[in-house]
Amino acid sequence: MDSSIAISASGLVRTFGGNRAVDGIDLSIARGEIYGFLGPNGAGKSTAVRMLCTLLGPTGGSASVAGFDVATQAAEVRLRIGVALQEASLDEKQTGREVLALQGRMYGMRGPVLAKRIDEVISFIDIGAAIDDFVGTYSGGMKRRVDLATALLHEPEVLFLDEPTTGLDPASRAKVWEEVGRLNRDLGITIFLTTQYLEEADVLAGRVGIISAGKIVAEGTPAELKKSVGADLVIVEVADVPEALPERIRSIGGVGEVAVRGNEITVSAVNGAALVNDLVVLLNSAGRPAQLLTLRTPTLDDVFLQVTGEHLEVSESQGEAA
Amino acid sequence: MSLARPSGFAADLFTVARRALRSLPREPEFLIPALSIPMFFYAVNIGALQDVVEGTNPGFDFKAFQLPVAIVFAVTGVSRANVIVTDIQSGYLDKMLVTPVKRAALLLGMMVADFVLVFSLSFFVMIVGLIVGVRFESGLFGMLAFLLISAAWGLAFTGFPYTIALRTGNPAAVNSAFLIFFPFVFLTSSFVPLEAMTGWLAAVAVWNPVTYLFGGLRSLIFDGWNGAELLKGIAAVAGVGALTFSAAFKALAHRVASG
Repeated sequence: MDSSIAISASGLVRTFGGNRAVDGIDLSIARGEIYGFLGPNGAGKSTAVRMLCTLLGPTGGSASVAGFDVATQAAEVRLRIGVALQEASLDEKQTGREVLALQGRMYGMRGPVLAKRIDEVISFIDIGAAIDDFVGTYSGGMKRRVDLATALLHEPEVLFLDEPTTGLDPASRAKVWEEVGRLNRDLGITIFLTTQYLEEADVLAGRVGIISAGKIVAEGTPAELKKSVGADLVIVEVADVPEALPERIRSIGGVGEVAVRGNEITVSAVNGAALVNDLVVLLNSAGRPAQLLTLRTPTLDDVFLQVTGEHLEVSESQGEAA
Repeated sequence: MSLARPSGFAADLFTVARRALRSLPREPEFLIPALSIPMFFYAVNIGALQDVVEGTNPGFDFKAFQLPVAIVFAVTGVSRANVIVTDIQSGYLDKMLVTPVKRAALLLGMMVADFVLVFSLSFFVMIVGLIVGVRFESGLFGMLAFLLISAAWGLAFTGFPYTIALRTGNPAAVNSAFLIFFPFVFLTSSFVPLEAMTGWLAAVAVWNPVTYLFGGLRSLIFDGWNGAELLKGIAAVAGVGALTFSAAFKALAHRVASG
């Protein structure tokens, strides 16, 4: 086993009845890396995390975390990981401090070491005196921050964050991003982060795996993935798109891919600005003048669109409901 | 370098039990019925039947005869199974399962808290019995044995709700475990001694372990140290405990299995 690898998986499969929730994924995540696992609800992100953190046994394939097999050496894996699952689940009859103390004791921490560490994590979650209130009185954001603190308390080698900022306000989200970055930078913690927020993966992850229908459909650094779409994107809305129009657009010099969704045409090009004039002329001559034209660099959503044919963008309210 | 260290089973047990015990006084809605219902039935049973029974059996102490019934009412079905259901539903059980905590400690820790609770409830009811004039022929140590056997029964019975909680994760199903309570505590020598029972109720009572639990507890009040009665009572509790605990730990293994 390569000691520089924190998480590896080979042909990892999990089925529920006839449904292959995770369908043969391969992973190789280096120690100290932040890996973003990006996909919509139901893509298989959480099932993959539950297998990697020993809550679910794989139906097929194998995986190891921190050098230990998740199926046969689960106890060793558990000692080395921290997990913040999708729902911030805490005992509402305990205070935040009591929850942290309980968590620490489950990891064998005691006495001054535990007390000092609790004070440290409390300071970063910025919850103030409320840490001594019952968890049942906390807002969703406060619960999520305490949940994150429990995952970090024992300074794990590998940290699994399953949609850590879903439901958080922008300020709290930024705070979590800052902390995740700091943990990785200062402590070298390997972080496996699932998210449905493109910006989150873009900001935090060194590498991103895009999962759709249980399979990893694209993987690379955010820059590599975006580059695969093209250097620039020109998105143009027209009244309607005649069948021959995409082919005519492809004939313009410098055009890469042309994708049509409804009345929206997305054109990738090495130099988008140079293309705009020719494109507008062509659309006018085709009797379909541009109603709206946007020139921008690709996002991870464009990558997702290219590999799955669907947009990933999740609205704030959808994210909170998820 | 992670701060996590493997902790022993005893430490895990203490950690889980401490959590369960800490939450007890924070749940008056749980404690108040557990204390008031047995007191209610003790008062009603004595008020309704004491004169009739003692009138036809001069010298018979019906208050003492009913004290074990009040205690069994107090401790039967009292458990932290509802907490396990909440943990399952909220995902907190999963949060504990990704830690290195020993799986058996998650259930046994709750049971330690249950034992402390049912022992305390038994003590409270026994004090009420002493206040109304019940006396123990077996003395102070007999009273301690009385409390320990009562609490052991309460603990043995917790296996039922824990099994249902772990199998279903459903609070309504756990509450329905209370139905098991009725045949155990009514199809037995609750109101008259086994020798005085006739017909189908006597036939059923002979097979009910609570009959022998009552026999053992009453022997400590009326007889002093009656080895045969005590042994039968302890065996009845152990038999029910073996059955319910094996079911509960099997349910735990099923719940935490990652398959």
